[in-house]
Amino acid sequence: MAVATGNSFASRFGVHIAVLVFVVIWTIPTLGILVSSIRDKDQIIASGWWNSFASSSQTEAGRLPAASTQVEKDGKFVLQGNIFGDGAKRGISAFGVKAAAPTQYPAGTSADLGDGVTLQLNADGSFVMASPKAFEGDRGQRIYYASSAPPKFTPENYQTVLFSEGIGRSFMNSLTVTIPATVIPILIAAFAAYALAWMRFPGRALLIAVVIGLLVVPLQMSLIPLLKLYNGVGTFFGVPSKTYLGIWLAHTGFGLPFAIYLLRSYIAGLPREIMESARIDGASDFEIFVKIVLPLSFPVLASFAIFQFLWVWNDLLVAMVFLGTAPDQIVLTAKLNALLGSRGGNWEILTTSAFITIIVPLIVFFSLQRYFVRGLLAGSVKGG
Amino acid sequence: MATQIFSAIFVIIIGVGGCVAYFWGANKLLDLIFPSRGVSGTAAINNLRRQGLVRPWLFVGPALIILTIYLIYPVIATLWLSFFDRGGTNFVGSANYEWALRDPDLRNAIRNNILWLAVVPAACTFLGLIIAVLTDKIWWGTIAKSLIFLPLAISFVGASVIWKFIYEYRGEGQIQIGLLNAIIQYFGGQPQVWISLPLWNNFFLMIILIWIQTGFAMVILSSALRGIPEETLEAAVIDGANPFQIFWKIMVPQIWGTIAVVWTTITILVLKVFDIVLTMTNGQWNSQVLANLMFDWMFRGGGDFGRGATIAIIIMIAVIPIMIWNIRQANKETGGH
Repeated sequence: MAVATGNSFASRFGVHIAVLVFVVIWTIPTLGILVSSIRDKDQIIASGWWNSFASSSQTEAGRLPAASTQVEKDGKFVLQGNIFGDGAKRGISAFGVKAAAPTQYPAGTSADLGDGVTLQLNADGSFVMASPKAFEGDRGQRIYYASSAPPKFTPENYQTVLFSEGIGRSFMNSLTVTIPATVIPILIAAFAAYALAWMRFPGRALLIAVVIGLLVVPLQMSLIPLLKLYNGVGTFFGVPSKTYLGIWLAHTGFGLPFAIYLLRSYIAGLPREIMESARIDGASDFEIFVKIVLPLSFPVLASFAIFQFLWVWNDLLVAMVFLGTAPDQIVLTAKLNALLGSRGGNWEILTTSAFITIIVPLIVFFSLQRYFVRGLLAGSVKGG
Repeated sequence: MATQIFSAIFVIIIGVGGCVAYFWGANKLLDLIFPSRGVSGTAAINNLRRQGLVRPWLFVGPALIILTIYLIYPVIATLWLSFFDRGGTNFVGSANYEWALRDPDLRNAIRNNILWLAVVPAACTFLGLIIAVLTDKIWWGTIAKSLIFLPLAISFVGASVIWKFIYEYRGEGQIQIGLLNAIIQYFGGQPQVWISLPLWNNFFLMIILIWIQTGFAMVILSSALRGIPEETLEAAVIDGANPFQIFWKIMVPQIWGTIAVVWTTITILVLKVFDIVLTMTNGQWNSQVLANLMFDWMFRGGGDFGRGATIAIIIMIAVIPIMIWNIRQANKETGGH
């Protein structure tokens, strides 16, 4: 669709700018957590992630050495040294001696602390404190300074989150839920879709209408009766009511209407001649289905698989109702939700966990985007 | 960890294998009971006919059973339960519905849902359409679309964390690590706790869903725009139509059906919105919505199934017109086939 809508340079330039603005707005949020997840956890709270390549400045407190280290020089008592000791040096931009004004004096200047006492703190951490009277006491002067740390990127957050916060375990749980909950509905829906498309039996039209009606039934309608049912079954047979089998079947049930709808409309469009010539050759319906329909339907099966995979992986509601919250069952989304409550301010944990939960969908999405878009078009343009 | 992986693989094999075994086994069994090969003419024909009667039900059987247990029965049971008390044992007539009419929380949730319904589908469709038209004109449009489409793969919970980080608030004068407050502070404004501003917080939550769903609208509408015949657009250009006229008077009317589909799909999604509200505010600061309120009632103090079911029915009532429209459309397309 190459429409010449005003070919002036300005209008073409405007289109590029407009699209760029949209792209930036849409990408920046995700970029924010990706960048934050590999930053040092102290730096995350010290500066915005968009400043992460610049040195970040943070206010620290320290104490000068005790009076015992003083030397007398030119009639003054002097304390000298470096507040970083032998440790790594960081740049200091300002300092102060009161907690209320931690950056009162720029680094390198001499601050007058009253009674002739002066203190100078240089950018490299070295200090000189001088006084006409001898320093007393075994606790040195309290000092505050704004230091800037060089940008620091680390995989540490990922180690913490994967192994001590339980995200690694939840990742496995999510896979355990998602893979069968994707494969089972495909199998069941494919057989049903073939029957609804190519086999003649009473009630077929009604079944199709029911499936289309069920497409839009909100999940919420199912939750309470199923919760009661699961609890009932659990009590009756003396088994736990929250099991992986339970959630696979639940996801299968909730995904089936869309699966049958999508697969049926594709399978019904396969050429009639192929089916009929196979039948004349003596193939049964089962053989036709396995040997002809399944291989030909690969694109639509892939589309549905991606949909169902993303939907199950990203689901929170079904997992919260039908699975427990113990470490051996909690899925990534539920874990992330729990972390939001318990680790609300720990952005290094939240951003890293969030990135781990979205990385699998993003890989699936980018590698199989073609099938995903095809399914999206087939699923919504025809029905809704 | 290792045992978890092994048990996961084991259960996956059992689950998927069980399914394959059923379809293969059931069909094998049918062939054994009514053999069509190796028996004489009439018997073979009779058996083939019997097979033909039974086999469709073997194929649709599992789907039918699961649909019945997981969707059809629950819809009826939810309606039934909405007339019962919290445990689902004592009939209370219309008490739950009377409660629903009076309850301030529920009213607030309905008001918010209406706000969501008014803003989100419209915003997604509008933005999606604009982006679809613009990206069609530039050489890097596919990359741009891919990036705008990307949030669709992200879970609502993940998206909530992403946006919570953007809305993060620190006291005035401190270094803001949330992008929005940093921008506000940079221009000399007052940083705000965005998600606890009553009424406005709804819009900050909506932005998350709009961010996710615009890509969906864009892809569908973009493909519909490609379907507009080239000649129509060329004729309009020759007749001297400006870009805005082409957009509003030619493109939009041509893809009206697709716009309706996108709109209704997002509408249904909005009615069910749950994760975003749960993770961002859990309904505090007047940001409650129906689906989250229902979840709340399902588990609050041991759960009130009657009231929960009533809220589910309210959501369902809002969906029914779309459902009827869908079935009609489908019937029209297939001619009842």
